[in-house]
Amino acid sequence: MSEQAVTVEAFHHHDEDGTRLGFWLFLFTELLLFGAFFIVYGVYRSAHLNDFKIAAESLNTGIGTTNTIILLASSLTMVLSLNAIKAGRVKLAKSMLLITMALGTTFLIIKGFEWNAKFAHHLFLQTSAAIAEGKGSPLLTPGPEMLPDGQVLFYGLYFIMTGTHALHIIIGAVWMGIVYFWIAKGSINPDNAGVLERCGLYWHLVDVIWIFLFPLYYLVA
Amino acid sequence: METANSTNYLNSHTGSRWTSGFMSWITSTDHKRIGVMYGLTMFSFFFLAVLIGFIIKLQKFYPAASGWEIIPVEWYGSFFTLHSVIMIFLFIVPGAPAVLGNFFLPLQIGAKDVAFPRVNLLSYWLYLFGAIMAVVGILLGGADTGWTFTPPYSVTTRTISMFGTQFDSVSWMLTAAFILGWGTILTGINFIITIHRMRTKGMGYFKMPLFSWSIYAASWIQVLATPVVGISLLMIVLERMMPVGFFDPNKGGDPILFQHLFWIYSHPAVYVMILPSMGLVSEIIPTNSQKPIFGYKSIAIASCSIAGVGYLIWAHHMFASGMSDVASIIFSFLTFFVAIPTAIKVFNWIATLYKASIALTPPMLFALGFVFNFSIGGLTGMFLGSLSTDIHLHDTDFIVAHFHYTMFGGAAFGIIGGIFHYFPKMFGKMYSHKLANATFGFMFTGFNALFIPMFILGFYGMPRRYHTYPDIPLFTNLQQASTIGSWILVVGVILMFITWIHGLLKGKKSRQENPWNSSTLEWQTASPPTLYNFEEDPVVTRHPYDYDAFRAEVKAGTSKGARDE
Repeated sequence: MSEQAVTVEAFHHHDEDGTRLGFWLFLFTELLLFGAFFIVYGVYRSAHLNDFKIAAESLNTGIGTTNTIILLASSLTMVLSLNAIKAGRVKLAKSMLLITMALGTTFLIIKGFEWNAKFAHHLFLQTSAAIAEGKGSPLLTPGPEMLPDGQVLFYGLYFIMTGTHALHIIIGAVWMGIVYFWIAKGSINPDNAGVLERCGLYWHLVDVIWIFLFPLYYLVA
Repeated sequence: METANSTNYLNSHTGSRWTSGFMSWITSTDHKRIGVMYGLTMFSFFFLAVLIGFIIKLQKFYPAASGWEIIPVEWYGSFFTLHSVIMIFLFIVPGAPAVLGNFFLPLQIGAKDVAFPRVNLLSYWLYLFGAIMAVVGILLGGADTGWTFTPPYSVTTRTISMFGTQFDSVSWMLTAAFILGWGTILTGINFIITIHRMRTKGMGYFKMPLFSWSIYAASWIQVLATPVVGISLLMIVLERMMPVGFFDPNKGGDPILFQHLFWIYSHPAVYVMILPSMGLVSEIIPTNSQKPIFGYKSIAIASCSIAGVGYLIWAHHMFASGMSDVASIIFSFLTFFVAIPTAIKVFNWIATLYKASIALTPPMLFALGFVFNFSIGGLTGMFLGSLSTDIHLHDTDFIVAHFHYTMFGGAAFGIIGGIFHYFPKMFGKMYSHKLANATFGFMFTGFNALFIPMFILGFYGMPRRYHTYPDIPLFTNLQQASTIGSWILVVGVILMFITWIHGLLKGKKSRQENPWNSSTLEWQTASPPTLYNFEEDPVVTRHPYDYDAFRAEVKAGTSKGARDE
């Protein structure tokens, strides 16, 4: 029996509700993923309460607030983009999506400056190999200047949790770029806006996670 | 040549006309092809891990004083790590859902495919990538942490590759487990949505065959538990790379916290391993008894309650870890609850056999073997769930035997029995029953000969993960009995592969749809199934195990039963 490609039309299964349900489940797994981080944070915060308070004071609440406002605004423009495409105003949808992307990028840039400021104060994570060559942060690696354990844990969790969050922002922004291209091409249109909707859901999730990160790191000092 | 069967999923595909052969499989979104690819990959890894297990047992044939050393002492840890990582992450966790679930879930509920066929293919690629990464990582670097990766050892261990170079194989394996985890999460989401959205007309939730129910319960565990372990494993990778001591008590971290995060996933995960096999047994037993399964609804609900209760008992792995006594007592108490739905299932299977005309076909032998082995595995689990006995039996061969009774004697027997059950449907050929019966004989005898001595050894204090033991007659005799059992088991495993390969190449072509005369929906399509499973969407009117109605349908010609050939 020889292999043959059958000319019957490939099975196309369009189930918008099913896809939305599946995507919500996926978002839930993302929440669980960050949930594990939050558990670790909670346990170490209660174990090293004073250290966490002292370390949290070094974070700039002003920058954190700005970033929160930016991310909340980007969620708004995301919803406006979805509403616009549903109302048939494709041009408006495209520009709203561009603004959302721009706001996401702004968030990342501000985050970058914030991290840079930390690096300037010798607070950064470094690989063990680099530390062996003496390139490690004196405050976070074993040595006479090292901060107390609780503060090292605080900064470790801070960099890793905000870093994972930033990675999600990058993925969201790239996805928006693809969605923008598809809108321009017409494959996402007023009758078929499911992908834009799911992209929006993802973006809101990223936003919600930040809403929890922000008070845990900036406000509870 | 029969026209009805001339195009099936094996000889034709829906992809681009430019793809053929290997490419048409590796790029196929057909759930049946993906199931078969999973099967091939997984059983290759299974065979590798069986051979490693064989060497591990060979090492224990003579006591320390004899100077017997098949594996150098410093490699022993790498060997059992390789065995356990392959068996757990590459074989038994994806096992039944990925192979038989992929193939038969859509067929059982009358769907054309799973809800997201392309995501399904992505899951397979993630699995393949993660699997290769894990095996390469451990072969080159010889990680020796066991499959639990418990810190602080997993953070500090630095193994040297067999080429003498520094190779961070623990981090490789942790990353591989993370990737494999995303594969299973996506499969779980896929199956849940398939069951909720794609059941054919008349297929109510309580008209679904029990294998579909067990896949449903297992999928929820996969979705809800895997992300937590994924991130905990990545934290170990980070801790190995950087000086932050998340789980290092010297740096303010808490190693017990890791164990909690790990077992929050890994305890429910053992139900991912066992539930689908229970589902397969629930298919095989009524088919070969030719009567309705006893307590259909209670088995379906028991699957879901095992999944639910399974979430609340993770810390019974940690009684000896230094957790608080109050927590230990609560978790021990809760552990006993999981025995209730499990026992309900066992009693229902046995009640199904009552006054049935039992056909001892090869799949039925494996199903009965499952019930026997799993009962031993489940009951010894109760010993380990009790606080006082656990302190004595913890970290001995007893727990290794218990785990293998549930996972090999249970889950793997279920998967193998399931493959014998569904082989004629998957490939349109029948294997040699003689070879298959011999396979069962060797596997069942070898398995019990291998692990019963380990219960006794563990009870008398033989620790697990030790490469040798003192020359006490009790130990030496039992170890040698156990090792001889492993030889019989390996013969059984090799015979199993021979049976399958022989069945594929030389097996009697059997185009009949329903060789076992089973009443569930998946047997009504052609063998092998056509591209979109059913010529037209089936309509379900009766209970899946209503054999009286089924026999009436066969008589009336509206359903296909077994035919003499």
